[in-house]
Amino acid sequence: MSEAVRELPSGETLLAVRDLRVSFATEQGRARVLDGVNFDIGRGEVVGLVGESGCGKTTLARAILGVLPANAARIDAGSILFRGEPLLTLAPEFVADTIRGRRITFIPQDPFASFNPLFRVAGQIDELMKWKSPRAEAGRRRGLSALFAGYPRARRATDRASVLALLRKVQIPQPETAIAKLPHEFSGGQRQRLMIAMSLLPDPDLIIADEPTTALDVTIQAQILKLLRALVKERGISVLFTTHDMGTAHEICDRITVMYAGQEMETAPTCEFFARPAHPYTAKLLESLPRPGRDLRNIQEIGGEIPALIDPPGGCRFHPRCDRASALCARERPPPRTLGPGHAVRCHHPLFAPDRQ
Amino acid sequence: MTASLTQCGGAAGTPVDAARSAALLEVRDLRQHFPVRDVWGRRTGWVRALDEVSFAVRPGETLGIVGESGCGKSTLAKSLMGIHPAMGGEIRFEGRDVSRLSSSERRAFAPRLQYVYQDPGASLDPRWKVRRSLHEPLVIHTQLDRPAREERVQRILQAVGLPKTHLDLYPHELSGGQQRRVGLARILTLQPTMVILDEPTSGLDVSVQATVLKLFASLQREFSLTYMFISHDLSVVRMMCDRLGVMYLGRIVEIGDTRSVFERPQHPYTRSLLAAIPQIGGARITDSFALEGEPPDPQDLPSGCRFRTRCPLARERCAQVDPALREVDARLVACEVVGTGDESCPEY
Repeated sequence: MSEAVRELPSGETLLAVRDLRVSFATEQGRARVLDGVNFDIGRGEVVGLVGESGCGKTTLARAILGVLPANAARIDAGSILFRGEPLLTLAPEFVADTIRGRRITFIPQDPFASFNPLFRVAGQIDELMKWKSPRAEAGRRRGLSALFAGYPRARRATDRASVLALLRKVQIPQPETAIAKLPHEFSGGQRQRLMIAMSLLPDPDLIIADEPTTALDVTIQAQILKLLRALVKERGISVLFTTHDMGTAHEICDRITVMYAGQEMETAPTCEFFARPAHPYTAKLLESLPRPGRDLRNIQEIGGEIPALIDPPGGCRFHPRCDRASALCARERPPPRTLGPGHAVRCHHPLFAPDRQ
Repeated sequence: MTASLTQCGGAAGTPVDAARSAALLEVRDLRQHFPVRDVWGRRTGWVRALDEVSFAVRPGETLGIVGESGCGKSTLAKSLMGIHPAMGGEIRFEGRDVSRLSSSERRAFAPRLQYVYQDPGASLDPRWKVRRSLHEPLVIHTQLDRPAREERVQRILQAVGLPKTHLDLYPHELSGGQQRRVGLARILTLQPTMVILDEPTSGLDVSVQATVLKLFASLQREFSLTYMFISHDLSVVRMMCDRLGVMYLGRIVEIGDTRSVFERPQHPYTRSLLAAIPQIGGARITDSFALEGEPPDPQDLPSGCRFRTRCPLARERCAQVDPALREVDARLVACEVVGTGDESCPEY
């Protein structure tokens, strides 16, 4: 891939998350899982959301999809704008019919859990295409009429042709016979290829991929990342890619945002993220990675532990573990500060100051 | 096979006999096949989980075993521990064949060969205080009296970096990292000479992983432990291991000095595996990654070399001969093609 592709796409903002606050009811009290998150995705851009377990990356992905658990999660404040439309205030039925599964699709971590093990793959893809094909009409019937709704004969053949063409693109051998199989007859890598195909079929603007390669072996992971990146770049689709693995993020992302304990800390173009981290947390995280040429003596531990989100530290949530922290950090959450094109940090004491040129 | 085994102990040109006699653990032609049965209980085939696996571990070193899921690395560990009795071949620990022992015979050496699960903390009894969990192995395996046990337990607890006061806590009162330390302490109370670490860092966040790896290294120094480090994470293995064995579908395909394996991988599978590790700060590896296809069904392996269906170097003879380990570039490689001057291939 040439360096030009690595630069930020100049297109407009597709998705803008502003000051999003989400809390969960737990037995011990309310856990404040997202604390004022700001986050953008440009059109055609692959953005990585990285962080350790419990940092809120999956919650953010689910909030955008509108699939937070209704009995526990509460959106306390903030907005999510998708193509200018406020997702959080639109009618849930409207989001379900016209946006989720059509304009925004999803690739899960475990593709096996997302297929019904009792039905052949062909039937499950047909069910998707019946409602979410780019040629399907927007309105969706509910209740009994939805249950008995037929698959309009008029677009059936065109839909099937586009399914087979896409399965060939994701390198499923002999797709005509393959889709007659049951999900367990595919290997993990093949199932993830099917999921990628299904996420592309509705011709979306945004794909949310939640740790899609974590369960795969490293050689299969490399194949899948290569495939996914090629397909979305070819179609100009944006991707939100959550992962805890920095290597994976490096492979697929144009830009990376790092989260810690429910707050976004830094966002930077991929090269810059690894070469010039500005947030002390990003720097420590990168120093803890085993890399060629590093032995045990020069990888860093981050002292202390991830805070409980029931009673999190005030201000910047990283301050109790940060060696640059001051009294200000405990009082006040730092505002975003721009350091360069596409590079912003939320820190009172970043490792380097903004370029003034 | 015997010829290659002697090289196995003597990689990088050390005197072969000295290395062999000095080996703490020596595995020779270990075979482990599992029957596959249909719903009536009739055998319909075999999964060849391990085939002719041979290697040696020298005292004080860390041997890494890497490979993708289904390559047999956990079966190997479990065979060494006697959880799966060996179907064929030999496992010599401290010079004695331990592959087919009764459980009472195993007890004599069991304390010195220990196994650490993915999360050693999860093996603690939630109803027992830390003290009782740490005393238990000593009660079973030694004749020490209570004060002597307590003294040893406190020493080990200090070595894994926990204060004495933690002895009176229950597992749920500890954090995940502390539980892990207690789990390790429990193994170390028996003063093992060799510890098998089975995927010890999978599921850990990187910042915690750094702490755990440093703990392993300091314990190895303090108690002169020999490690067998089983992992699928190549960057961790590169940092932790002196020597490295690469497995593919039940066979060791390459084994040698970690550094030279990483710098000059010989077996085509090792080359593909290493080419799949993302290089942070470098070019995207996915731009150049060339390995196609997926591992074949372990119940229906290809004839000859098991990697030949995906191998860019595959020749006609690879379908006939199942290659044995032989010496290439100061290490052992199971490939008929590399090192023979017949490596012309557009993809390399």
